[in-house]
Amino acid sequence: MIRFIGRRLVACAVLVVMIATITFLLAFSSTGNVARNLLGESATPDQLAAKNAELGLDRPLLAQFGAWAEHVVRGDLGISWFTNEPVAQAIANRLPVTLSMVVFAVTLTALISVGLGVAAAVRGGWLDRVIQVLSVAGFALPNFWVALVLVLFLSVTLGLLPATGYVPLSQSPGAWAAALVLPVTSLVIGSTASAAQQVRGAVIDVLRQDFIRTLRARGINPRSVLFRHALRNAATPALTVLSLQFIALLGGAVVIEKVFAIPGLGSLTINAALQGDVPVLMGVVVTLVVLVVIVNLVIDIVSGWVNPKVRVQ
Amino acid sequence: MTDTAVTTNLPVRRGFLKPVLRNPLAVAALTVLTIIVLASVLAPLIAPNSPSALRLDKINAGPGGGYLLGGDSAGRDIFSRLLHAGRNTLTGALIAVSVALVLGVVSGLLGGYYGRLLDGLLGWGANLLMALPTMIVLLALFQALGSSIYLAMVAFGVMLSPGFYRLVRSQVMTVKHELYVDAARVSGLSDPRIIGRHILLVVRAPVVIQASVVAGIAIVVQSGLEFLGLGDPGTPTWGGMLQDAFTNIYTSPVAIWWPGMTIALTVASLVLLGNAIRDVIQRTDRPRRLPRLAAQPVPEPPDALDLPLLRIRNLSVGYPSGDVVHGVDLDVRKGEVMGLVGESGSGKTQTAFSVLGLLPPGGTVLGSSSILFDGRELVRLPEPERRALRGKRIGYIPQEPMSNLDPCFRVGEQLVEPLRAVSGLSKQAAAAEALNLLERVGIPEPRRTFAAYPHEISGGMAQRVLIAGAVSGKPDLLIADEPTTALDVTVQADVLDLLRGLQTEFGMAMLLVTHNFGVVADICDRVAVMQNGRIVEVDDVRPLFANPQHPYTKTLLDSTLEDSAPRTGLEVNHA
Repeated sequence: MIRFIGRRLVACAVLVVMIATITFLLAFSSTGNVARNLLGESATPDQLAAKNAELGLDRPLLAQFGAWAEHVVRGDLGISWFTNEPVAQAIANRLPVTLSMVVFAVTLTALISVGLGVAAAVRGGWLDRVIQVLSVAGFALPNFWVALVLVLFLSVTLGLLPATGYVPLSQSPGAWAAALVLPVTSLVIGSTASAAQQVRGAVIDVLRQDFIRTLRARGINPRSVLFRHALRNAATPALTVLSLQFIALLGGAVVIEKVFAIPGLGSLTINAALQGDVPVLMGVVVTLVVLVVIVNLVIDIVSGWVNPKVRVQ
Repeated sequence: MTDTAVTTNLPVRRGFLKPVLRNPLAVAALTVLTIIVLASVLAPLIAPNSPSALRLDKINAGPGGGYLLGGDSAGRDIFSRLLHAGRNTLTGALIAVSVALVLGVVSGLLGGYYGRLLDGLLGWGANLLMALPTMIVLLALFQALGSSIYLAMVAFGVMLSPGFYRLVRSQVMTVKHELYVDAARVSGLSDPRIIGRHILLVVRAPVVIQASVVAGIAIVVQSGLEFLGLGDPGTPTWGGMLQDAFTNIYTSPVAIWWPGMTIALTVASLVLLGNAIRDVIQRTDRPRRLPRLAAQPVPEPPDALDLPLLRIRNLSVGYPSGDVVHGVDLDVRKGEVMGLVGESGSGKTQTAFSVLGLLPPGGTVLGSSSILFDGRELVRLPEPERRALRGKRIGYIPQEPMSNLDPCFRVGEQLVEPLRAVSGLSKQAAAAEALNLLERVGIPEPRRTFAAYPHEISGGMAQRVLIAGAVSGKPDLLIADEPTTALDVTVQADVLDLLRGLQTEFGMAMLLVTHNFGVVADICDRVAVMQNGRIVEVDDVRPLFANPQHPYTKTLLDSTLEDSAPRTGLEVNHA
């Protein structure tokens, strides 16, 4: 088990370095307009050159990358070109907001989709058909549009829940939860629909395996066959589904934050993308990739613990 | 051996298009898609207004007055913009799908066909891409990609390619060793031609399904980017229109419906089309309605004293695709070993599963069948009572040792749990009994095997574990389905010896399903020969070997005697 975790850790580190390198090289390869954007149209060539030198953009790309990587290793993600705020600081302020949304959404997705998926796989019939229809609907309705429709009905028309804004947990737990209801709901609808469908498939696959028949032939209680044996074997693919949902929900949260005016990583990223604030973008990418990698690592370890065969693969 | 007449899995040559067009859902989805695509392509011709014409009197106006769906916040015609936006949005989706398709299919074909280093590298690249939070990376690269939504969709296509790669690669891996591909290779076809002619043919249907799903994802993500304001404000797009509607949600709430519904309708049609193609290809087993059992006259159970332990009468087994067993009669007497012989597909395994009551999904024992076990009619027995017989009165030894042990549980646990279920032993007592059983079936280090996971023991050991499990309830009848077929030749004889020893020791009757007359000669008292779902001959082993009556039995025997080796290692791989 320790060797298994060790191997995974090395693979994860390589993954983070690769993604960071590629994104950096792509993002920094077109910084020609940054100085002009910062200084305005009236800036002289000398001023532009001075600004480029100040930002380090006059150096070769690889040298810039080396300097950046050296700082990142020390936990310094650089300084925003447009707001002069340290990037690490900006991310630290906004990450908890986004994470509280995503963690809520993933937890709900896991609970609902496992319940529905298992029931559909075992019971079949109308429940199964409902899940099939829901999975198509959940896929076809973009979550930001679902969010708009929810805002329209529950906030604009009925005035039940706040349409926009975010209240920190420390300020008022009740208001915090109320502010999260609609964003989390819009995220959960889509992710549950697709996850439930995949959990259903995973359970059906396991129930068709030879060893399930052999266990039944031994006279074991069907409840034990399902809950002890089938579900444990279906857990590995189901966990993979959930880790992919987590990645998708991070992306979904960015768009949802815009609808509900939530000051999370999404709004930070969108502003940076529109302005070309590359240090902020790089910081967000690195932070999220590390986060994704950690989640995947945890999922791998849990999978290896649930199904020892995974460890040897 | 007769078994070498493996039915080759030739790829279906006829197109999958025709059956798809007979599926109503697929036709509906295709129709909607065609209308949307045509309306988008022909937008300049059919749109009533210019997408950028401004009319001050139409700002956030309702439908009417030349504006079919009303006007947006700048007084532009929503309907005309919807049509023109379709062009841009669908072009973006097409770009993403094409990039993903070309990259994924080519790398999947190469990786799957050539394997080794290239495959390792490609697989690693695929994992890399799949760990990316795509939306964030697209945002981060937006400036670098020249603020063009089309270039962003190229990047998105790259990020979507692992889906195609994995799909194609796994398909190639499975067909690579099919006989017809081997045959093509032997007959001197070059690699590119094999890939082109044989492998692409197999992967095209799953690729079409994946492409329809990816197109849906691309439309949603592209709209998301445009909704965030990352797009050319000058060109109408569905996402851009949603952004405009969102900013004016208080003044003109209806406007969010049109682009939203269009996206949903387009994506839903794509997904449903993909689902319909998948259904047509798989033709999944939906159990058909069967004649009610109660309608049949229930035969009086004859006096239990003259009954054999197992009496099968008129057993028929049906699947949605057709019947596989047609009116089989078979007796197994107490303490006797009955061989059930026939080539693959003759219905012998289906007969065995019917006795256990464990037919695969879709399979049903048909109306007038009767299976009397120890005087009880099994066909009409409710499932709980049937379950009480399994493990305790009727044991089962499967064919493939490795796939018949639960990979998540230690070997010991898989023996202890059924022992406790069948005999109500305490945990300690069951564990002690399981260790005894492991020793009895000839496992050299019972304690170590007891604590091992299935993947840590060999196939021969696993089969001994399964035999131990099958006899643990001291059943009266043991059903063994090709118990030696998947084993090495060297192990086969030992396992047969073990089976015979256990059978005499416990006085069990045994129904032994096999295609191997060597096994029959070794262990059986009587033998029934099956062909095409019917029993063609039943006799004691000696007379049947000496003087076979049915031509099919003669053929089977002749082919066995020609090459006396029971099975070769090569065949085991195909089993």
